[in-house]
Amino acid sequence: MTQLAVGTPGFRNRPALRRRRAKSAVLVGLLIAAVVVAVGVLAWVLIYVAIQGLGALNLGFLTQTPPGNPAAAGGGFYNGIVGSLIIVGIAALIGIPLGIGAAIYLVEYGRGRLADTIRFFNDVLIGIPTIVTGAFIYAIWVTRFGFSGFAGSLALAIVMLPLVTRTTEEMLRLVPNELREGSLALGATRSQTVMRVSIPTALPGIITGAMLAVARAMGETAPLLLTALGNDLFTEYNPAKRMSTLSLQIFDNAVTGFQEGQGRAWAGALTLIAIVLIFTIVARLFGRRVRTSNA
Amino acid sequence: MASELSILGRLQESQPGKGRPARPSIVQVEHPAVSTRNVNARYGSFLALRDVSISAPQGEITAIIGPSGCGKSTLLRSLNRINDLIPSFSLEGEVMLGDQNVYASEVDVASLRRRVGMLFQRPAPFPMSIYDNVVYSLRLDGRQSRGKLDEAVERCLQQTALWDEVKDRLKASATGLSGGQQQRLCLARTLAAGSDVILMDEPCAALDPISTLRIEELMRELRGKVTIIIVTHNLQQAARVSDYTAFMLMGEGRAGELVELGKTDEMFKDPVDKRTEDYITGRFG
Repeated sequence: MTQLAVGTPGFRNRPALRRRRAKSAVLVGLLIAAVVVAVGVLAWVLIYVAIQGLGALNLGFLTQTPPGNPAAAGGGFYNGIVGSLIIVGIAALIGIPLGIGAAIYLVEYGRGRLADTIRFFNDVLIGIPTIVTGAFIYAIWVTRFGFSGFAGSLALAIVMLPLVTRTTEEMLRLVPNELREGSLALGATRSQTVMRVSIPTALPGIITGAMLAVARAMGETAPLLLTALGNDLFTEYNPAKRMSTLSLQIFDNAVTGFQEGQGRAWAGALTLIAIVLIFTIVARLFGRRVRTSNA
Repeated sequence: MASELSILGRLQESQPGKGRPARPSIVQVEHPAVSTRNVNARYGSFLALRDVSISAPQGEITAIIGPSGCGKSTLLRSLNRINDLIPSFSLEGEVMLGDQNVYASEVDVASLRRRVGMLFQRPAPFPMSIYDNVVYSLRLDGRQSRGKLDEAVERCLQQTALWDEVKDRLKASATGLSGGQQQRLCLARTLAAGSDVILMDEPCAALDPISTLRIEELMRELRGKVTIIIVTHNLQQAARVSDYTAFMLMGEGRAGELVELGKTDEMFKDPVDKRTEDYITGRFG
């Protein structure tokens, strides 16, 4: 019997082994490079926005409306912050329950042709450019009722809906079937099983998915141009009227070409990122608490 | 392990191929807790069970053994209609719980499943506290008084020998328990539902030997109180814990058929059918 001593140089330096090691090292190197580039770009964006935005960000920015003259200094995006929160809030109230409901149907009840068709259209809906969604709401809503914050909410709800459906569906699919069978075997009905086992188990993921959709809606500009339109004269709290949002103001101020306006746009961008970040953190904490109190 | 050795000893005495015992290969008990009559089960057009008639006596432990794919689990999962979840599944014949056909149209499946509980191969406690797991079935009927829930938790955890291990952390998540503890918790959960029949689908397949023994001890303690039907790949386990054994095999077209049914000690000592003998002496399967 031949002895294979692992430590001997002859064994370590067999050419085939060397080639395999080299390949492995190259692959790991590529992966590390990909991570560095991906995270690096993200960090770059965040740091750049922070540096540019902090200059114009102050209490006045968060409490005042923009100056009438875009070249003037001062003023703020208070009306845009209010508009974003109201419009996205209403959109979330429409889009998130519908999306979660659709996903529950697809995973827990849906089978066969109908479910496959819904899933297919949902995927198509994810891919529709949001300007098209805006144009659609313009055609069916704005032409009849005029520009309004609510029209913007409708457009954003359509943007959010397929995202929420998709992520909730993925999360519910991760719930082990043993849990469902365990619940049914204890005499639970299907809907009891969904409400008491499937959803609580998937809840942290569902919340994360909903928050991603909210963040996406917060940043959307194109569909709002055709629906909420914008309003920089005063702070509008009534979603039946045209409204400004942070994203619209960032766009408007960035394209003015005046340094003061662009400064406000940077500060608006930073505010937007901060709002999304706060939402995500709060939702995470909430999700964890719900889960542990239930769990 | 004395009982196991004696079974092996008796196996060797029973001279394969010589005189076959005079009793029939399939013996049905009188007044069974659970029985099937001429059950054919299909997944789509595939026949998974052919003409299976078994009976499981009240308050005793019946083991279903046989090689992989012989329809053991299908049979077990037909008894509480959990296989109804599989869209292509269909069943002919009768499955009786006492004198009630569980596939009759007026049967409420949820109440049936509460009477006929089930333990699965992989312990799957819900991601909730230990307490909430035990009272899960009670809460399905709406709010319950604290006292009633507390009582059920203590009683069922005592019955599954978990109480002393977890009484100080009833609010802790059940997913933090060990595999064996989780399976005992699942058993407690089923007992809390008031099941008088418990189906076990290889409940020890994912457990270590010590946890397995504990589950087997619990099964023996529950004897007389509940009827247990256990599917197992482990012949020693069937010999150790069961009073009756059903042996199944794949027949023509890979459909599962019942080969032999009778008292466990008789079957292991003196199998009637040659195929049973080959299986339990380890000649195949």
